[in-house]
Amino acid sequence: MEALRRFIRIIKLDFMKGGRFEMFQSTFEAFETFLFVPDKVTTQGSHIRDALDMKRAMAIVVLATIPALLFGIWNTGYQHFLATGTEAGFRELVWYGFLKVFPIIVVSYVTGLGIEFTSAQIRGHEVNEGFLVTGMLIPLIMPVDVPLWMVAVSTAFAVIIGKEVFGGTGMNIWNPALIARAFLFFAYPSQISGDFVWIAGLKSGEGILDGFSGATILAQAASGKSTFVNGIGEAYSAWDMFFGSIPGSVGETSTLAILIGAAILIYTGIGSWKIIVSVFAGGTVIGIILNTFAVNEFMRVPYWQHLIIGGFAFGAVFMATDPVSASQTEKGKWIYGFLIGFIAILIRVLNPAFPEGMMLSILLMNTFAPLIDHYVIEANVKKRLNRAKLKINTAANLN
Amino acid sequence: MSDVIKIKRGLDIKLKGKAEKIYKRSDRPSFCAVKPVDFNGLTPKLTVKPGDEVKVGSLIFYDKYHPEIKFNSPVSGVISEIHRGERRKILEVVIKTADKDEFVNFSVKDPSLLSRNEVIEILLTSGLWPVIRQRPYSIIARPADKPKAIFISGFNTAPLAPDIDFIIKDSEDEFRVGTDVITHLTDGPIHLSLESDYPACKTFANARNLVIHKFKGPHPAGNVGIQISHIDPINKGEVVWYINPLDIVKIGKLFINGIPDNTTVLALTGSGVINPAYYKTITGANVTSLIQGNIKEGHNRIISGDVLTGTKLDKKGFTGFYDRQLTVIPEGKHFEFIGWAKPGFGKYSFYRAFWSWLRPGAEYTIDTNLKGGKRAFVLTGNYESVIPMDIYPLQLLKAIMVEDIDNMERLGIYEVDPEDFALAEFICPSKTEIQSIIKKGLDLIRKETE
Repeated sequence: MEALRRFIRIIKLDFMKGGRFEMFQSTFEAFETFLFVPDKVTTQGSHIRDALDMKRAMAIVVLATIPALLFGIWNTGYQHFLATGTEAGFRELVWYGFLKVFPIIVVSYVTGLGIEFTSAQIRGHEVNEGFLVTGMLIPLIMPVDVPLWMVAVSTAFAVIIGKEVFGGTGMNIWNPALIARAFLFFAYPSQISGDFVWIAGLKSGEGILDGFSGATILAQAASGKSTFVNGIGEAYSAWDMFFGSIPGSVGETSTLAILIGAAILIYTGIGSWKIIVSVFAGGTVIGIILNTFAVNEFMRVPYWQHLIIGGFAFGAVFMATDPVSASQTEKGKWIYGFLIGFIAILIRVLNPAFPEGMMLSILLMNTFAPLIDHYVIEANVKKRLNRAKLKINTAANLN
Repeated sequence: MSDVIKIKRGLDIKLKGKAEKIYKRSDRPSFCAVKPVDFNGLTPKLTVKPGDEVKVGSLIFYDKYHPEIKFNSPVSGVISEIHRGERRKILEVVIKTADKDEFVNFSVKDPSLLSRNEVIEILLTSGLWPVIRQRPYSIIARPADKPKAIFISGFNTAPLAPDIDFIIKDSEDEFRVGTDVITHLTDGPIHLSLESDYPACKTFANARNLVIHKFKGPHPAGNVGIQISHIDPINKGEVVWYINPLDIVKIGKLFINGIPDNTTVLALTGSGVINPAYYKTITGANVTSLIQGNIKEGHNRIISGDVLTGTKLDKKGFTGFYDRQLTVIPEGKHFEFIGWAKPGFGKYSFYRAFWSWLRPGAEYTIDTNLKGGKRAFVLTGNYESVIPMDIYPLQLLKAIMVEDIDNMERLGIYEVDPEDFALAEFICPSKTEIQSIIKKGLDLIRKETE
């Protein structure tokens, strides 16, 4: 490591002000701080600091997404071979899935980090670590057959309009990964609103069952079906839905894998358990209400099933918990999370245009999170003012 | 008041180097200093120059805007130099100590025979007045103010802080006289806060004219600001005074003996100290007299005070007026290869993000490395976990950063002090300079309202 350290020290001058690679200073520093925690010491305030920094915090979030990612890679292969009616071993499944998913990840990170490095250089700041997480989340919410150029455009839109114009990491109003998804959804509706994209290879007509479109469970429910079937006509069991061997975007299908991620986030103190729990609570409440007053098949979908199909669990654990776009007061987080879960299922079931309500619900609540916080804080402010008033009144009465 | 106030939020940082409960001899310091920078908001007017002879209690400087507040010499000797900083700001007045101390006499009487004004007069001229500070702002109390109450914190929960019971246990009489003196200063109550886990030492148990409160919980339960917020929070326009119980003993000694007490007890602590212990020395002593031959090899940081709120000193520095401990820790000027990704068994963290959580009872050596780069606010809810007050810290910080005075007031700027936010600064993963921001906010408000 000493040799590496010396090498970096030698070439560092070229990247600083006045050096010939001055325009890559932020990029150089990003790689330098990736390799070595800097030797800066405290100069003001507390002389010692916690070992946690944003790099570690973001690394833990990415770690939490790995179970969903690995499962998604396997599931991509599994769904493909199931729908095309071919036999395949475990290794073949995983390899197929890997070949499909890995390019999406590469495109997401390269596009996003390229823009982040440029923005940091323009501002003269260090590169922020926020995109390390967003770059992993974007592929996980993409349909697996999405054209790579669309991934690139959506990511660029999300990073520039969804984040950088507001001031970068820590300043965004909306969840950048969801902005990417929303952009894809609204800019290229014909390509992704059909159901072919959810299972790899169906678009090219490899499906074994005539007329099987690869519809996700939500799409089937939206068209009024009461039992949900896979590519060869078998019904999905509750275990299938929980385990995740159903079609969907790359990372959202396995509630089990997502919950492992949730455990990592909650245990390390990086993700808010209040938000996760209240999202599920909100979804449960509206689910029960809809079940009670059901007038069509979609409303009759059992409330607990809503929690394990579609993007609900993924959104609850990885999207709603983004601390920057969520409510920032502890009381506010309960309200914010509850409304996300509530509105998501509401949009799903009652709105004919969108089978999935989670993305829109989170984006909507991102917009209202500051308002929720405002009222929570106002309560505290009022308490303070009343306490002061009480003092003045008591004093006045004694005079 | 026998109910225990439970402090649930906070953090006890377990550091190596706790001072052993024994007294060690230290050499008489060759130099002592009085430092105007120890006193928040003070503009000093010097009355001495190098070469002047002084006794214990001789006037060194006074407050330019409140000339009745005087600062006296802690030793007999000769003024050796005046250290100045930028724009000729006085940093230290250094005194070369004589071999023996001579004292200025102050005419004192039994406090019960004195009026409020007479008591104040004695405290001012003897140079003891600065031990009384006020909240908000943590500046020296203004003699003309009428505080609604006086607060005393009887225990210190900061990392490696000295055990006040150990130091004060034999000063029962002096503490009682000191308390009698300060009862003159307010019409309101005098609150003494103690740890509920231990029975009160004799000095506190036999005190009179005090309202006793019991606190239980992690740091910052010992911070006077936290205690104030739980007992009787400060509203806009109100003023409270606070005093260290060891300074009340000093006040008592003055009124008993008629001469100022210039001795103090310092705990020498920290992983950089070979034999951490308690030392009897003089207020404002130079650091070398205390750490000589007792600190480990390598690049160290010497701190007057605790690791969270103390001031960095160099080897030629002097202990601070209000500080009762010196902490020595290693400097952390080193790179660490992929440090942020390693399991980190030896790394202390509030978050369970390192494998050090597998060693729950361990004590740590923490150096001064920043451990990351400065970022914007990202994680939320963490500051609240270590600040046991009914305020919203993140929103208050943002209000200060944009200098929104109205919002600062609404969010409770009058109730806070940088030391109450020190833990938040410690755990902040974005490495935000939180204590500096709070100080800036308080300075802003103080200038607006003066």
